[in-house]
Amino acid sequence: MRIKEKVLNWSLFCLMVIVAFIMLVPFFWMFSTSLKSLGEVFEYPPKWIPSQPRWENYARVWSVVPFGRYLLNSVIVSGSITLLHLLVASLSAFAFARLNFPGRDKLFLLYLATLMVPGQVTMIPNFILIKLLRLTDTYTGLILPNVFTAFGVFLLRQFFMTIPKDYEDAARIDGASRFYIYSRIILPLSVPALSTLAVFTFVFQWNNLLWPLVVVSKDSMKTITIGLASFQGMYGTTWNLLMAAAVMGILPSIVAFLIGQRFLIKGITLTGLKA
Amino acid sequence: MTLRRKETLAAWLFLLPGFVGFAIFVFGAVVFSSVLSFFEWDMLTKPTFVGLRNFTKLFLADKTFHLVFRNTLWFVLGTVPTRVLLGLIFALILVRNVPGRTFFRAAIFLPVIIPTVAAAMVWRWIFNADFGLLNDFLYQIGVSNLPRWLSDPKWALVAIVILSVWKDVGFSTVMFMAGLQSIPTTVYEAAKLDGANAWKTFVHITLPLLSPTTFFVIVINVISSFQVFDQAYVLTGGGPGNATNTIVYYIYNNAFQWFRMGYAAAIAWVLFGIIFIATFVQFKYQRKWVYYE
Repeated sequence: MRIKEKVLNWSLFCLMVIVAFIMLVPFFWMFSTSLKSLGEVFEYPPKWIPSQPRWENYARVWSVVPFGRYLLNSVIVSGSITLLHLLVASLSAFAFARLNFPGRDKLFLLYLATLMVPGQVTMIPNFILIKLLRLTDTYTGLILPNVFTAFGVFLLRQFFMTIPKDYEDAARIDGASRFYIYSRIILPLSVPALSTLAVFTFVFQWNNLLWPLVVVSKDSMKTITIGLASFQGMYGTTWNLLMAAAVMGILPSIVAFLIGQRFLIKGITLTGLKA
Repeated sequence: MTLRRKETLAAWLFLLPGFVGFAIFVFGAVVFSSVLSFFEWDMLTKPTFVGLRNFTKLFLADKTFHLVFRNTLWFVLGTVPTRVLLGLIFALILVRNVPGRTFFRAAIFLPVIIPTVAAAMVWRWIFNADFGLLNDFLYQIGVSNLPRWLSDPKWALVAIVILSVWKDVGFSTVMFMAGLQSIPTTVYEAAKLDGANAWKTFVHITLPLLSPTTFFVIVINVISSFQVFDQAYVLTGGGPGNATNTIVYYIYNNAFQWFRMGYAAAIAWVLFGIIFIATFVQFKYQRKWVYYE
């Protein structure tokens, strides 16, 4: 029985090697192509490893488009959305989970209902609003409409509900204000939920293509996703440069993934959130 | 002030920053968008009220909309079952004591977190008909009639499905792994004592106990697949012709390329209707197959 199980596990291992190969080959191919000369790119049969790695491809991408600027914009936009979302969502969730007021449950249901509305419905009016306020091509225009989603409110409210009331009762007897309870008791106890929400908001916004595409036209305001897309538009088949750009585009995500893999996967299964 | 009123006031102070934003960018936008769908507006001239004309045009006359609807439906039918089935198989393998399972899980999950734009750029290169890796492989194994993936209307949508399955199968996999790990081992032990073989255990124990996870994975995948945009935008630009044009792509073009704001809003509401119905139907039929303890 044990031998049978071992044989099965090793045959499954072989199967997974093929699967992992298919999953990773595009990454390898991206990297390999990024180091080739254009002549080598079109060589037949395809070469897995370039004869001489041409790191200058990366420098060339950097010199023809403001790549550093795209990365910086993405950091600013995704970072600000994440911080603001965490702040706004945790304040709202505190009211929904810990305070009593008339109409609370109805209002919460209204928030929840908005989760069903696809982003494309609100995208058009939000674009019109941003345009009327002359906020296209600004950080405010990129950030503000993405701060308010009910998901974080919902996630944090569920988490806050699980924190025993005794903790705050003790503080309240000592005369602590509600804001004190929120900031000094509830938030520190909710670090796991807050960090999960932070990681997912950040990754989701980092990968966001549609909204930046809609509100940005100036090159200096582009985020990494539309920077990559417009770079592809300019260098359609210069594959080595395209792949160098793509490598730089995924590098931050991969670093984040390697650091927080366990945590990320735990978060995904906890929340059912799709990056 | 009574204690009750004090608490209400405090609650509203906490809610205020979020509520103002919600009122503008979510609730307000939803109302604005529904009003907009009854108008014709190019953002330059005055909006004109057209009643239900946007919707009648959409349903009865707009051949392109019918096409992008069919494309999106095919995309959903191509990706969702594949992702769910492969995700389940991978998860069943990875919860076993297979050597190197942490590495395999990481390999399968890695594409999930990278930007779809970057993923689509590599796959555009892999799908290249003349120098692409995929056609080279197919040639090596003896396929003579090599598909011109991205320029052939018959294959372009298949290419988008392949990219999308590769990109997001890891999500279904980790969800299923969590679902499988939450099934108590005592249930399996009991089945073993009763003499159930592996297949019987799988069909009568694993699948029913996993069904809430399966249901959830399908619902989430269906919702996100109906909103496909990034892949088509980068890989094919919706082409060749309109072969890979999708509903969201069509909304994008109408609103932001052709400035038909009212018409785009109408399409967005129809998309909402489609997603709502698809989700509602799944919830309605879940009690036929989803097993809750």
